[in-house]
Amino acid sequence: MKTSADCENKNYLEYVKAISPKTKEKRSLFHAFWVGGVICMIGQILRMIYESLIGLQGDELASYVSMTMIFLGAFLTGLGVYDRIGKYAGGGSIVPITGFANSVVSPAMEFKTEGYIYGTAAKMFIIAGPIIVFGVASSVLVGILYFIGYRVF
Amino acid sequence: MIIELIIMLIKAFVVGGGICTIAQLLINYTKITSGKILVYFLLSGVILQALGLYQYLVDFAGAGATVPISGFGYLLADGAMKGAKISLFNAITGGVSAASMGITAAIVFGYIFAVLFKSKSKKN
Repeated sequence: MKTSADCENKNYLEYVKAISPKTKEKRSLFHAFWVGGVICMIGQILRMIYESLIGLQGDELASYVSMTMIFLGAFLTGLGVYDRIGKYAGGGSIVPITGFANSVVSPAMEFKTEGYIYGTAAKMFIIAGPIIVFGVASSVLVGILYFIGYRVF
Repeated sequence: MIIELIIMLIKAFVVGGGICTIAQLLINYTKITSGKILVYFLLSGVILQALGLYQYLVDFAGAGATVPISGFGYLLADGAMKGAKISLFNAITGGVSAASMGITAAIVFGYIFAVLFKSKSKKN
C-alpha cells in the first residue's frame, strides 16, 4: 500500500541523493581553493621577508622559501596538524610543496615500528619516490633535448 | 610599495588556489589517486617550462606558481635548460642541482620529524 507520504518520502530521498554529492563536491573545491591559496600566500610572505630582510635573490631566494615550506609541512605533519588540514582541504593541502613534505613524513612515521632503516628511511619514498624519479628523469630529458637544440640551431 | 605587495599576495593566493582547485576537480570527478596527481602536476610543470610557458606564470604570481608541486617541476626543467646553454654535463645535472635544496630539505627534515614524532593516525 502506497500512501502519498511514502511517495513524497521517496521523492525526497531521491532528491537528497541527487543534490548532496554535488554540494559536497562544490564545497570541497572552495576548501581546496582557499587553503591552497593561503599556503601559497605564506610562501609569498616568506619570499618578501627573505628578500627585504636577508637580501636573498633569484634561485637562492626560491630555494630557501621552499626549504622553509618543507620544514613547516614536515613539522606540522609530525604534530598531526597537517593531516587535519588535509581532511578539510583535500587538493589544497596535497599540491603545495608542504604536501610533498607531508607525503614524506606521514608514511615514515607510520612504518617506524619496522625499524629506522627499512621502516622510516625506506617508507619515506612511497609517494615522494615516484615524484623524484619522474622529476629527475624528465629534467635530464629536457636538458639533453635543449642541449641538442642549442648545438644544432 | 605596500599596495604592490598586497597585489602580489592576492595574485599568489588566486593562482595557487586555482592550481589546487584543479587538483580537487581531478579528485572529485576522476579516480586518480593523490600520489598520481602529484606526479601529473610535476610533469605538467616540467613540460610547460620546457615549452617556455610556466615562466610567465611564475613572473605573474610568484609563490602562487612556485609553491605548488608544478613549481618543483618548473625548477627542474628551468635548471636543465639553463645548464644546456653551458655544456652537456650541466644539461644533465642542472635540473637536480636547481631542485637540490628541496630534495635535501624533504629528506633531512622528513627523516628528523619522522623519528622525533609518533604517528597520531591510530588514535583518531
